[in-house]
Amino acid sequence: MSSGRGIKGFVGDELKLLVQGITGRQGSFHTEQMLKYGTEIVAGVTPGKGGMEVHGVPVYDTVYEAVKETGANASIIFVPAPYAYDAALEAIEARLSPIVIITEGIPAHDTLKIVNIARKYNIRIVGPNTPGFIIPGYTKVGIMPNQYFKPGPVSIVSRSGTLTYEISWSILKQGIGQRLVLGCGGDYVIGTNFIDALEFLRDDEQTEVIVVVGEIGGDDEERMARYYMETNYPKPVIGYVAGKTAPEGKRMGHAGAIISGGTGTAESKIKSFKEAGIEVAYRPSEVAEIVRRLLRR
Amino acid sequence: MFLLEYEGKEIFRKYGIPIPKGFVIEKGKSLSLDLVREAGLELPIVLKGQYLMGGRGKAGAVKIVRSESELDQAVKNIFSLSIKGSYPEYILVEEFVEHEKELYLSALVSKPDRAVTILASPYGGVDVEELARREGALLKLDVDPSIGVSNHHLRLISKFLVGKFDKPLMELIRSLYNAVINDDLLLAEINPLAMLDGEYKALDSKVIVDDNSIFRRDLEKFYEYKKFLTWGEKMAREYGFSYVPLGGDIGIIGNGAGLTMATLDLVAYYGAKPANFLDVGGGASAERIEKALEVLVKEIKPKKIFINIFAGITRCDEVAKGIVAAVDNLNLPKEMFVIRLTGTLEDVGKKILEERGFKVYIDMDEAAMEVAKNV
Repeated sequence: MSSGRGIKGFVGDELKLLVQGITGRQGSFHTEQMLKYGTEIVAGVTPGKGGMEVHGVPVYDTVYEAVKETGANASIIFVPAPYAYDAALEAIEARLSPIVIITEGIPAHDTLKIVNIARKYNIRIVGPNTPGFIIPGYTKVGIMPNQYFKPGPVSIVSRSGTLTYEISWSILKQGIGQRLVLGCGGDYVIGTNFIDALEFLRDDEQTEVIVVVGEIGGDDEERMARYYMETNYPKPVIGYVAGKTAPEGKRMGHAGAIISGGTGTAESKIKSFKEAGIEVAYRPSEVAEIVRRLLRR
Repeated sequence: MFLLEYEGKEIFRKYGIPIPKGFVIEKGKSLSLDLVREAGLELPIVLKGQYLMGGRGKAGAVKIVRSESELDQAVKNIFSLSIKGSYPEYILVEEFVEHEKELYLSALVSKPDRAVTILASPYGGVDVEELARREGALLKLDVDPSIGVSNHHLRLISKFLVGKFDKPLMELIRSLYNAVINDDLLLAEINPLAMLDGEYKALDSKVIVDDNSIFRRDLEKFYEYKKFLTWGEKMAREYGFSYVPLGGDIGIIGNGAGLTMATLDLVAYYGAKPANFLDVGGGASAERIEKALEVLVKEIKPKKIFINIFAGITRCDEVAKGIVAAVDNLNLPKEMFVIRLTGTLEDVGKKILEERGFKVYIDMDEAAMEVAKNV
């Protein structure tokens, strides 16, 4: 999916956003926040609420109508878990991309189908269970608080939400801004993982340093480390892993954050980072210290 | 959520996967030969302790009983065998299945492949990790669930397992795939799958159900959901926060799974032991904060409590009100708290707490260092 166009390959040339589930509490609140940030939101969809307006954004009953009337080309989904599968298919059928799925609690089999169908149409899925993404100074398709982000050379890809804001803010306190902050999502199956993100950041000229915020569970971090090494990745990556004190067999909040059968430990992830030449931060604030050092060359 | 072996086998049966004849006895009940015969079984039988974790065979919790005189003692032995501190509450009593060959078969949701992956091996009874290390021992087939399993998949697996296109085996593989798709399973493993005279039986089951499917599946009937809940865990479920007790000194409350894990790690980094994981989630109300504190104080009894909130959709004033309410209602000493609060409505939250004599930290490291001091 990386087309050699860097971040444009990810967001497209001109983002015209559709908000699915716009009339809900979350959808409406974050529509206002995104508008304040300067995101071009052209339409919203809630079945049965067509004809309404939410913060000046016209609401349609179906994605089909919304796209026909407004030319929306991307979507953010706030629809509750039982209805999210259908909402995502509606967005895929209208060929919207990227589709950012904020919803938490979607069954893994629903996500699996969404991701596999999207792949066939070359559509990018971000999430589910993600804060979305922000490109400071350009656009925000997500729910992160606006004040912790300013344009700069650091891209952050993460499996969590608030921890990402924490790290972004500590970097910002060093006077350094961000190019892209992307939440990959805390679920077991996700549409865009660390490798996918590194792939399109590879040729993004404005990204100088990449921060990967991982956590226990699965092996996305280990795979990313191998990819980093094997492809001679051209930019420095800093890794942080949450869950060093997590016990085996217990789900730590996120659906994907569980150590099972000895796999998915923080130890294994940190080891793979080190072997790949990825600098490891042991505290969230240490990430900012390493970023500053790397940028001072 | 992990299922017990017999719960997994009930799912297998529902999808037409053959399983041994058997029944379950509860802890405290004894087992007589009459009972065995009533269930249509004859000696020898197999007694299998039902645990959520592995290592049962090594611990001796699987026992073949050949004579009536061994029966009573075997049952008592298994109920008194603990694995990592857990005793079985059920024993599965099954017919002894003669067989000539053991196979391995599983279907699972593969995160890296974004597929439903089928794993098969002609060497059953061996751990899948071990099979994966042996050259050529394991067939891995990724099925795109938006297309589904096809006959060619079944032919390929059957040929790999038994050297031919075996109809009953192919149907069994299809059934296993259907169970995974239709019952929201993350894993369904049959190891070993016994083979005798062209017939198959699933001798064991390892099944994981997706917790996220709770809105469309009856997960509350399963042992793990029913049995492993402390009062605090029930409160967590009711009020919508995630809570895992750990056994250290410092009670922890954070917002967001990643930040809360990072908070635990940071407390450990500065030399203290976190007592729990508690993520109040996004947009927590004062009530949720209060209930979370109540759980910590009553169930964990920590020496100190570290509250670490980075507020996005959460509001600092709600957090502050929740803390004040808990302190008043539960009569808690201020000295036990270290509070780090930043983000949305930080000033309001800070003011509420400072008026009550609390110190409020902005920096996470500073607060973690403070809480780790003198414990």
